[in-house]
Amino acid sequence: MSTAKQVEPAIAAELFIIQDQIHEPMHDRFLWATMQRRHAEAAAIPEWEELREIASKIKEHTLTHLDHYLEEFEANATKRGAHVHWALDATDHNQIVYSILQDHGVTDLIKSKSMLQEECQMTPFLQQRGIKVIESDLGERIQQLDGQPPSHIVFPCIHKTRKDVAQLFARTIGTDPNNEDPHFLTEEMRNNARPRFLAAGAGMTGGNFAIAETGTFMVCTNEGNADIGAAVPPLHIASIGIEKMIPRVEDMGVFLRLLARSAEGAPLTQYSSHFTGPRKGGELHIVLVDNGRSRRLGMPDFWHSLKCIRCGACMNTCPVYRRSGGLAYGATYSGPIGVILDPTFDEFKYSELPFHSSLCGSCSEVCPVKIDISDQILKWRRVMAGKGYLPLAKKVSFAVAGHVFAHPEEYHVVEKAAGPAMSYAPHFLLFNRTLNPWVRDRELPQPAKKSFREWYLANRSKHGNVQQ
Amino acid sequence: METSNNNRETILRSIRANLPNVEVEHPGIRAFPRPAGGLKTLFEQRLTEAGGVAHDVRSVAEAESKLKLLHPEAKVICSAVPEIAGTRRAEKVRDGHDLADVDVGVVRAQFGVAESGAVWLTQEDLVVDALGFLSQHLVVLLDPKQIVPDMHAAYRRVRLNESAFGCFMMGPSATADVEATLVHGAQGARSLNLFFV
Repeated sequence: MSTAKQVEPAIAAELFIIQDQIHEPMHDRFLWATMQRRHAEAAAIPEWEELREIASKIKEHTLTHLDHYLEEFEANATKRGAHVHWALDATDHNQIVYSILQDHGVTDLIKSKSMLQEECQMTPFLQQRGIKVIESDLGERIQQLDGQPPSHIVFPCIHKTRKDVAQLFARTIGTDPNNEDPHFLTEEMRNNARPRFLAAGAGMTGGNFAIAETGTFMVCTNEGNADIGAAVPPLHIASIGIEKMIPRVEDMGVFLRLLARSAEGAPLTQYSSHFTGPRKGGELHIVLVDNGRSRRLGMPDFWHSLKCIRCGACMNTCPVYRRSGGLAYGATYSGPIGVILDPTFDEFKYSELPFHSSLCGSCSEVCPVKIDISDQILKWRRVMAGKGYLPLAKKVSFAVAGHVFAHPEEYHVVEKAAGPAMSYAPHFLLFNRTLNPWVRDRELPQPAKKSFREWYLANRSKHGNVQQ
Repeated sequence: METSNNNRETILRSIRANLPNVEVEHPGIRAFPRPAGGLKTLFEQRLTEAGGVAHDVRSVAEAESKLKLLHPEAKVICSAVPEIAGTRRAEKVRDGHDLADVDVGVVRAQFGVAESGAVWLTQEDLVVDALGFLSQHLVVLLDPKQIVPDMHAAYRRVRLNESAFGCFMMGPSATADVEATLVHGAQGARSLNLFFV
């Protein structure tokens, strides 16, 4: 068990919901609109479901031959002149990056978005050692200026309003606090970032896919910020999780057709860039990172989560995520994919996350690589229950429910009693905030006058075969 | 192999010890049927959706005058194509930093992809990688006969092992990070005009 404090997503989600009548409805609306664009793009491709199946199988094939494909990738990338490093864990990754920067006398680093570097907490590690680290993706930069981690793996500051951003920029880079126009705010950051790109001694990127056949890795962005970071400074360092391998160039067609459509409802991101060895006159380092991934490969119930291509569709479709905001999860990865990834890093700290779900199953339906996300959430609940990590409110109610469902005669009694009780019980008893923060913003349905069983016995039992 | 030889062995050993006990074969990718023809129309439609603009250009002279019309204020036009002279030749540029003042970059793409409106540009096409990303605006030349239907065909055509850099570029730079509002010109090119020539 870790010594870290358990994160409490329900309480954090409540704070997001009750702060005002603006943030949470906006968040919900934007992500749902993204989801509708995703549905339209998916529906326009007749072979969409087949593509999901192929992508899933390619990932499973790669992961079950991961040692082979990693060696092939390394050999080909090295042949092309890239330096390939292997990192056991987060500290190892950060140390490797730091020593490359030191070797080149780099003090200013410009980086594009990388969830892996986020996972490794690389930026604070480097900053403590005197390296100036600047995020170049607009959303990530906004989050960095605000001292917050990204709240969404694709849209880092989707929980913020334009007013929030205008005030943040006024405070941090001196813009007009009353100009909330997104065009103005984006232009201000473009002008702020340009000199930093030109002054940086190194550019860092992540990697969306790594192709074993050619030793290529690829990076998808809409802003072109990763490309400037890779094309301008003399040194390019890329952090890549070992699960990002893809066997052949041809396989990329399947994944790129799925990725941006699932992520944002567009056929591609604006830039899909392929790096095979260092550019003319440049130097390229690739850091392959394990950080618990090889161990996850050995978890029969959970290794499929390694198929994830980080599109965020499961988050956009999730009714719990859309209302909670990503920061409520208190972890690097939020939303349904976070619920199944985070506990592999720290079971105790993230033991509440599997309960931060309605188990509606929508995440599994939209996942472009067919990860059984909702099934895994349920399995994580069992793991947490087995370890005694259940929150108190759930321990009490699950114990009662377990007994009642095991004894049908009692269920009928409880069922009959519950209807009238709901009609007369004072609101505060049902909406107990301390035990259940979720209900704060919700109403219970009107209790039915009759239970289904009563209705069935009165109307259908003569024709059917119900035991009374 | 670099500093972390032991790490490499440790990670590979851990992977081998944890490999799932299932045999999954590569599924293969069948050829998906595509309607013949109409590729240019679809390409243009998708490029427009991505924020780019396509122009039919009959001659090099027309391309030159169109460029001037689109960017009347441009002082530095850096060209990587023989057809258009520009004010600076990309082949003469030593370092990416020297492209920070470029108003318009002119490049030729090898081919376009109809299903997205993206064009394929390699290090050889850009001459200096940074030309594709530091230029305030881009003008991309494309032979209209060089359009493939989809990403499957696109990946059959690219030669990743022959170029250090290659990019599917779909319109200009974009962001929707502030209140999901689409803005072009986040960090890369503010506009992308494509000339069919």
